[in-house]
Amino acid sequence: MKFSVLVNEGPYTHEASDTAYQFVRAALAKGHEIYRVFFYHDGVNNGTRLTVPPQDDRNIVKRWSELAAQHKLDLVVCIAAAQRRGLMDAAEAKRNGKDADNLAPGFRISGLGQLIEAGIQADRLVVFGD
Amino acid sequence: MTEESAGGVAKKFLYVNRRAPYGSIYALESLEVVLIGAAFEQDVSLAFLGDGVYQLAKGQDTKGLEMKNFSPTFRALEDYDVTKLYVEKEALEARGLSPADLVVPVEVVSAERMAEIMEAQDVILSF
Repeated sequence: MKFSVLVNEGPYTHEASDTAYQFVRAALAKGHEIYRVFFYHDGVNNGTRLTVPPQDDRNIVKRWSELAAQHKLDLVVCIAAAQRRGLMDAAEAKRNGKDADNLAPGFRISGLGQLIEAGIQADRLVVFGD
Repeated sequence: MTEESAGGVAKKFLYVNRRAPYGSIYALESLEVVLIGAAFEQDVSLAFLGDGVYQLAKGQDTKGLEMKNFSPTFRALEDYDVTKLYVEKEALEARGLSPADLVVPVEVVSAERMAEIMEAQDVILSF
């Protein structure tokens, strides 16, 4: 089956991001396809490469990046939600006159149309949130 | 991108709004998805459950909150061909509201009927 996933909560505060990650990993292990993972609301914070969790804890951002590299996942961060919350790639930083960028490897920033398209293209869109 | 990726087949999208309008950003960002999604010409419906019914309440004054009152945007949805708005009857009544208190015409449905509406969807986005 072809799945798309929507992640609506940020890392650590809510379990939604963990559950989404575990769902994606399990679906891939069962041979399903993940068409796209879309990060919205505070979920965009799953894509900052500046998190430094304690060493004895899971590294949620790194975990997404590694899974993306391993399975060529399309991890998309909503641009409007990202701009509100201070998450940007190098191009966005330049465009907005900011002195830093923080998007983690394996993520890309794009518009909400990518969420709708993910819903259209997939057999199931699974929402993880509060 | 839109027509090609849609493949010409419209899916039934339901946006479920469960939260009050200003206590968190979910309501506003849900509405942003609805507006962007309208360009994809899918079969769109909106559902309002629980405190989500407050999003449609008339007379919202957000000056004191220093937030933008986005309730007028619901009146613009018609221009985007988004006309199916379902409000949960029990949620409305529990909050002492009636359809006359809402900024747009809606279809008030029982929780049981709402479940059937959800069952008939292809994609449900819950905010």
